[in-house]
Amino acid sequence: MLFREVKALIGKDIRLELKQKYVLNGILLYLLSTVFVTYLAFEEVITPETWNSLFWIILLFVGVNGISKSFVQESPARYIYYYTIASPQAVVLSKILYNLLLMAILSLLSFGMFLLLMGNQVVNLELFILALFLGSFGLSSILTMVAAIASRASNNFSLMAVLSFPIILPLLLTLMKISRMALSGPEWPGATGPLVILVTINLAVIILAYLLFPYLWRD
Amino acid sequence: MTDSSLIKGLWWKLLALLLLLYAVIYGFFIEVPYFEVTKESIRNVFYHVGMWFGMSAMLITSFIFSIRYLRGFREKEDIVAVEAANVGIFFGILGLITGMIWAKSTWGAFWVRDPKLDGAAVGMFIYLAYMVLRGSINDIHKRAKVSAVFNIFAFILWIVFVMVLPRLAGSTIHPGQDGAPVMALNLSGSTRIVFYPAMIGWILLGFWIMNLRIRIKRLGIRD
Repeated sequence: MLFREVKALIGKDIRLELKQKYVLNGILLYLLSTVFVTYLAFEEVITPETWNSLFWIILLFVGVNGISKSFVQESPARYIYYYTIASPQAVVLSKILYNLLLMAILSLLSFGMFLLLMGNQVVNLELFILALFLGSFGLSSILTMVAAIASRASNNFSLMAVLSFPIILPLLLTLMKISRMALSGPEWPGATGPLVILVTINLAVIILAYLLFPYLWRD
Repeated sequence: MTDSSLIKGLWWKLLALLLLLYAVIYGFFIEVPYFEVTKESIRNVFYHVGMWFGMSAMLITSFIFSIRYLRGFREKEDIVAVEAANVGIFFGILGLITGMIWAKSTWGAFWVRDPKLDGAAVGMFIYLAYMVLRGSINDIHKRAKVSAVFNIFAFILWIVFVMVLPRLAGSTIHPGQDGAPVMALNLSGSTRIVFYPAMIGWILLGFWIMNLRIRIKRLGIRD
């Protein structure tokens, strides 16, 4: 039941996104121009450390921008309609999965832009791709919850940043740690600890979202 | 008025006063272990660390009352959650200030890159954001509900942050943890007889301030 609802809601979100292409185009352009600005600003001084920090900070900003619309893009009346036909758990899970898809595309694109403009610094590509995927998942789940919280308040956008930056830090720092390893050498063993932390954070956030979202969904 | 969210009685307030007076007076008389970096300033451990204990007690209280609010939607519990967070922020800022002054004299800088300091600062960011969130919702029931959700979500992620960060950063300059290079906080028996009473005193003082703030808030609502 839950699974079918989630599937239908994700399908709805994808169709909606493809219909209103300007939103998606806006976020893609935001990503491309931000990477280009940093490329121009940093000229020749890209060390692996800077590469790593810039990459994840840009991805964080892109994520905040792309996900903040999650619960405000449709009319309030339509949300009331969804409320009558779908369970809140299905709504939040579908949003998280849809945003995961969005973040995965954006992070791969961002990685491609970095490769193109700032050269390849990644040594252990498999580990880096794994970090990208787990990172997209974590960013999507935390930011979806924060978007749901911020959508209930006025001045949605600045709230989105203020609320999400401090609570996203454990995820972001763990990701940076893993990807720093992927940049510095091909070895895997040191990455197990941070990877376990990363998976734990993701699981905790999903459970919290599942339990807490119903309180945000009904008025 | 019988409700569980206010602590009754006079004895614990007197106890708080006695413990803090004891900590302030005897804390300056007691023989302390000598370290080259800290010298006599090690006595600050009775006061600076107390801020951290007070803050933790307040933030845990705030977290518990946010959960309790979501279980019954009683406004009283929302007031406890927000006032506990307010007092927690107060203690947190005092802890940052006392820590920064102490850090300047021992480590030579007001701020050093360290998991403990960063953890405390991020905690402050979270609870200040909590206050901003509350400020931007007008409907009181909606405000209580949404901010309770944020409080629970953020508190758990903050705990994760505080636990995870030292493991990512490796070594730390701040004591109170394994492998602190500068000054191991192995309080000798004589210091402990001031340290633990002082910590209890600071926590009780936190609850006292919180109780007063809750009562003021309730008077405002009844008007």
